[in-house]
Amino acid sequence: MKERIEMCLSGSGGQGLILAGIILAEAAGIYDGKEAVQTQSYGPEARGGASRSEVVISNGAIDYPKVIKSDILLALTQTACDKYVKNLNKDGILVADSTLVTEVPNISNKIYLFPIAETAQKKFGTKLVTNIISLGIIVGLTEVVSQEAIQKAVCSRVPVKAKEVNEKALLLGFDIAKDLKVKNKKSGNKIN
Amino acid sequence: MNNLKKGKNIKLLQGNEACAEGALLAGVRFFAGYPITPSSEIAENMARELPKIGGKFIQMEDEIASMAAVIGASIAGLKSLTATSGPGMCLKQENLGFAIINEIPCVVVNAQRGGPSTGLPTKPSQGDMMQARWGTHGDHPIIALAPSTVHEILTLTIKAFNFSEKYRTPVILLLDEVIAHMREKVEIPALEDIEVINRKKPTVPPEEYLPFKPDEDGVPPMANFGEGYRYHITGLIHNYKGLPTSNSQEIDAFIRRLYNKIQKNAKDIIMNEKYFLDDAKIALIAYGSVARAAERTVKLAREEGLKVGLLKLLTIWPFCFEEVNKLAQQVDLIIVPEMNLGQMVLEIERAAQGKCRVVPYNRVDGELINPIEILGKIREEIKK
Repeated sequence: MKERIEMCLSGSGGQGLILAGIILAEAAGIYDGKEAVQTQSYGPEARGGASRSEVVISNGAIDYPKVIKSDILLALTQTACDKYVKNLNKDGILVADSTLVTEVPNISNKIYLFPIAETAQKKFGTKLVTNIISLGIIVGLTEVVSQEAIQKAVCSRVPVKAKEVNEKALLLGFDIAKDLKVKNKKSGNKIN
Repeated sequence: MNNLKKGKNIKLLQGNEACAEGALLAGVRFFAGYPITPSSEIAENMARELPKIGGKFIQMEDEIASMAAVIGASIAGLKSLTATSGPGMCLKQENLGFAIINEIPCVVVNAQRGGPSTGLPTKPSQGDMMQARWGTHGDHPIIALAPSTVHEILTLTIKAFNFSEKYRTPVILLLDEVIAHMREKVEIPALEDIEVINRKKPTVPPEEYLPFKPDEDGVPPMANFGEGYRYHITGLIHNYKGLPTSNSQEIDAFIRRLYNKIQKNAKDIIMNEKYFLDDAKIALIAYGSVARAAERTVKLAREEGLKVGLLKLLTIWPFCFEEVNKLAQQVDLIIVPEMNLGQMVLEIERAAQGKCRVVPYNRVDGELINPIEILGKIREEIKK
């Protein structure tokens, strides 16, 4: 793994991106024993408006706490995708929600598309777990943190009554990642 | 040492949470405030934790009243904290002056957001550096500290309380939205591993106590209200008894003592960190979250063979005049990146006394300055 991994989780307010960032940082920092920093950027609105959560993970001390070039970009809105894809590292990957991001950017990076929010609604009856399924996909694809660490971090950060559904959402994310990986081998860059 | 003590308490903490942790370790037992982004989590944490340990939390009607409540609690003997952001900091200024003139220990956190006015509630800024120094009127001293990591927020909150108790003065802790909201891995120290300073109490009986007569260090011992020492407190310039005075000698002595108890102890109060300054020809001077960018810039510049170093300020006020003056004699160029239109750069220019070039680098769009743009500024300036 690279010395410093930079991740940008982007979308709109209310999609749980800040919590997702906190969970990733906690998985890396506390359960995997690395260094981790999470920062956020959001507007004054309670819901809606652009929102992003940035996570930097490193084996050594972290100086600059924000993303310079992202290695992993999660985009849960078209606006976020258009804005942050410009800042994607040349070998970075893009994970996007295929129903929310319809105009897929024309880049040479690996792109993984999946109807994440729609699947959350279908399987769990709520879009609230979109963020956790996304985490499952990211970790499944990249192993940026260990699966064990992310499981522990999810359980420690979500409300007790929502623990079970979030654990299931995470495991579903791992499974989706497996399928996406297989498809990736068959069809090149753009994975649906 | 038993195993329990050996076990490290490591958590992923938000900057504001670390401030609350530090305050509790320092012995804070009172918080009054009014919620405001990006400082609200400090109040939330204090509201949750203080009642568990017999402390008191009050949400007041506004920041004016919050500052008044903090002053009252401190006079009654409790270490007291309040936290706010720019708009609330404006409201606190009047009572901050009252705390300064009456030498009342307390800590005021300003998690800076973009201003003026309600400005940019959720975006970072370093626009209140001069407000921290001169926000309340009159010739007055102030101590202001500026951490740049979550761990430093914890340790400097403890330091802020120690300085406030030692020198009987309000201390301002200047955060910015980036570090206030940032989460980072922090090892929370055990109580027995940190230094906690408590205010000097009078050693004389109540009838002999002169509440504003200083000891040799310029700091008068402080009796808590309710412990049998009756004395007068006023916002007017006062004599040793705490009564208003119009005696010009007493006035002059009072103002100079107030100022000097901080200025003459500047060496004890001033803290900063140096990165790669030994052989540096170009120095960056930065503080708060921007210092994190500058640290990275130093590494990038060194990879290009540029002799760049960083002076990271932890104490903002009193200003490290001598340190900067010395640095200006060593380097050819000082670059001062700030998330404002150039505030500390003025003090740095003053301290450099023309001995080297001092150049500001400013950003006021609500985004943190990044290391690449500082590097760009270095390249641009060395061509000149």
